[in-house]
Amino acid sequence: MNFTNKPARAALLATGLAAAIGFSAGAANAAETVVMAVPTFLTGAGAPAFGVPARNGAEVIIEAINKGTLPAPYDKSGKGLAGRQIKALIYDESGGGVKQVAEFRNKVQKQGVDLFVGYISSGTCAAITPVAEELKMLTIFPICGTPRIFEEINTNPKYVFRTMGHATADGVAEAHYVKANLPDVKGYTGINQNYAWGQDSWRDFDLAMKQLMPSVPASDKAQWPKIFSGQYGTEISALMLSKEPLVHSSLWGGDLEAFIFQGAARGLFRKKKLLFSVADTSVYRLGKKAPIGAIIGARGPYGIFAANVDTPLNNWFRKVYSDRYSTLPVGGSYQAAQGVLAAKFAYDKAAAANGGKFPSKDQVIAALEGATYQGIAAKVHMNRSNGHQAATKHMIGVLEWDKEAGGPIMTKVTEFGPDCVMPPQGINGTEWLKGGMKGAKC
Amino acid sequence: MRYLDKTVVGLSIAFLVLLFADFFMAEWVRFMGLQSLARGAVALGLLVLWRTGLVSFGHALYFGIGAYAAAMLTLVGYHDAFFLVFAGTLASGILAYLLGFLLRRYRGIFFALLNMAFSMILYGVIVKTEELGSTDGFSVLAPTFLGYAPEGEAVQTTLFLFTLFFTYIVTVGVHLYLKTTLGGMSMAVRENEIRVEYLGYSAEKVIHVKYVFSGLVAGFGGAIMALAIGQVDPDSMANWNVSGEFVFITILSGIGNVAATFIGAFVFELIRTYAFEYAPLFWQLILGGSLLAIIMFLPNGIWSLVDRLRKSEG
Repeated sequence: MNFTNKPARAALLATGLAAAIGFSAGAANAAETVVMAVPTFLTGAGAPAFGVPARNGAEVIIEAINKGTLPAPYDKSGKGLAGRQIKALIYDESGGGVKQVAEFRNKVQKQGVDLFVGYISSGTCAAITPVAEELKMLTIFPICGTPRIFEEINTNPKYVFRTMGHATADGVAEAHYVKANLPDVKGYTGINQNYAWGQDSWRDFDLAMKQLMPSVPASDKAQWPKIFSGQYGTEISALMLSKEPLVHSSLWGGDLEAFIFQGAARGLFRKKKLLFSVADTSVYRLGKKAPIGAIIGARGPYGIFAANVDTPLNNWFRKVYSDRYSTLPVGGSYQAAQGVLAAKFAYDKAAAANGGKFPSKDQVIAALEGATYQGIAAKVHMNRSNGHQAATKHMIGVLEWDKEAGGPIMTKVTEFGPDCVMPPQGINGTEWLKGGMKGAKC
Repeated sequence: MRYLDKTVVGLSIAFLVLLFADFFMAEWVRFMGLQSLARGAVALGLLVLWRTGLVSFGHALYFGIGAYAAAMLTLVGYHDAFFLVFAGTLASGILAYLLGFLLRRYRGIFFALLNMAFSMILYGVIVKTEELGSTDGFSVLAPTFLGYAPEGEAVQTTLFLFTLFFTYIVTVGVHLYLKTTLGGMSMAVRENEIRVEYLGYSAEKVIHVKYVFSGLVAGFGGAIMALAIGQVDPDSMANWNVSGEFVFITILSGIGNVAATFIGAFVFELIRTYAFEYAPLFWQLILGGSLLAIIMFLPNGIWSLVDRLRKSEG
């Protein structure tokens, strides 16, 4: 073979081709639809317990919005977002921050997306926030837990919103719950993933405990497995040997389930009291194998905690969802649905203020900033971080198995108001916790 | 006119075409082009190694070092693209030089996997370092260019010109180098090392030089990638599957010509983008399927199409 003498034509051809693609394809967007990108975990460890239920929740709401079948209080505002049908682009969130940032740019520049409602992992949200602001793209995070998004990464957001409480709310609610229900606890340790969400969850729970139960010692050997590692043998051994009786964990999705299976096999849950921040996602999936007797949360009043909320919206959502997917909606489903509803609320409100005409992006943003709207399970108050960060009520309880009904049930549930668990507007969560949670209304 | 062969002419024409196209391209094509240039640069390094008969499953190490070196410098207040890319390239080059003393003694699967082992050490270190964002990585602000601080679309336009210019120089340089005696030694080493030694050359030194070069261009690609995307994280920069992507691109391109790596990288981006757009659940399958198809129908890569074209024209 001759390696050195190749025709210039080939290179020309290739560049010509590349250029032709570039010139011909613009970001075309039909005028009468709103293109909504919905990234969520469709593959990998984040998918089965979290990403897919979240997609399902979003799908149910998007379809109802397009058909105009949402019940009260959304039954009077007509079909679509301010009258326009949603064209949803649901795609996979896995692959890490770099891949997602690249895909974000792709979706904006190539497919003419109007808004994003999605992202589950704190890591992805942290990576997306700067690029969303740079590209001036309306982006609603329905889930992501890390407080850093509006406390460090962008303290003055314009285009990015988050429609649920963050990790500080979980830590504070959990600490209040431990104080009320385990007043004699001798100490606590933890197992949390070594990335933004895990680090922040442990930090905020630990800081809240130091305020509420200052005499209870924290372990200095908390465990930090890697996200999506799926193997917890060494961590479980370390936890079994630790002297602290309470174990705090913010593991979620597939990691959580792997940990539950591996921990149960080794008797961890008989030996220790477990506190799971996000275990509601697994109660239906695992059935009796779920950690019965553990203290669990759903990062707010979602999933199994909303089982008895008797409103038309919630009843409708649970029925449509379970008819369609043959399982009950979990936290992720509620949270994703809540994010899509924020778009519905904001577009319709902005259109009303605009004399019925389709609103501009800035008008939609203005409509959502600082607003209060009805989520599936609870009211969402967009009143933190200059109206871009939501606060909702929060619930923690103990998971039990209801023998009569043959299903999981929450017992000893405590409800916390939004102003009890979320730091007030204008103060960094860590400072608020260290300063003794001033201004909290519990 | 010894240096002005068809490849150099072709590359120069492509360079000029892309230079002007930069100002008219759709944003997403430019973005894809930037990524192709960055990945293509790494594949260029792999091509040089491959001609010597060596395959590395660990060049994400140098890609990651380049990306993280550039990104970390932005954390301490440096934002000039020239400096960041230079530093990223140099950092990788130095590491490749040091590791080269060990790696040049190995061949075949040992070489491939030792590289992988080193890259996974870097991955492990990044994942365990909370200051660098662990698995999340961190964001990289838009760079400046010798005092010029573009905004909006101009950032990518300028970065594309910047990348194109350096890639052009490096690619032509590699092409000319491969025509020199030392460059030509590549295939000799692959075919029969003992004969090379009898000719009076050190096979290990030949390999070492090529290894350092491949480290340098991988670092260059990594630094460009960090600036183009504005984010670094270990899973997309330093994990073994990233090394796999580079090998993928090299197979896809074929090692027939230096220009092939960039075409291969662009085709790779195209397949990935469209597979992800139209089959969000099965895009990995499509990517794997196209690699299989390439191996079965175009065992010498995309460049063999060009060869066939030439042969059919006689």
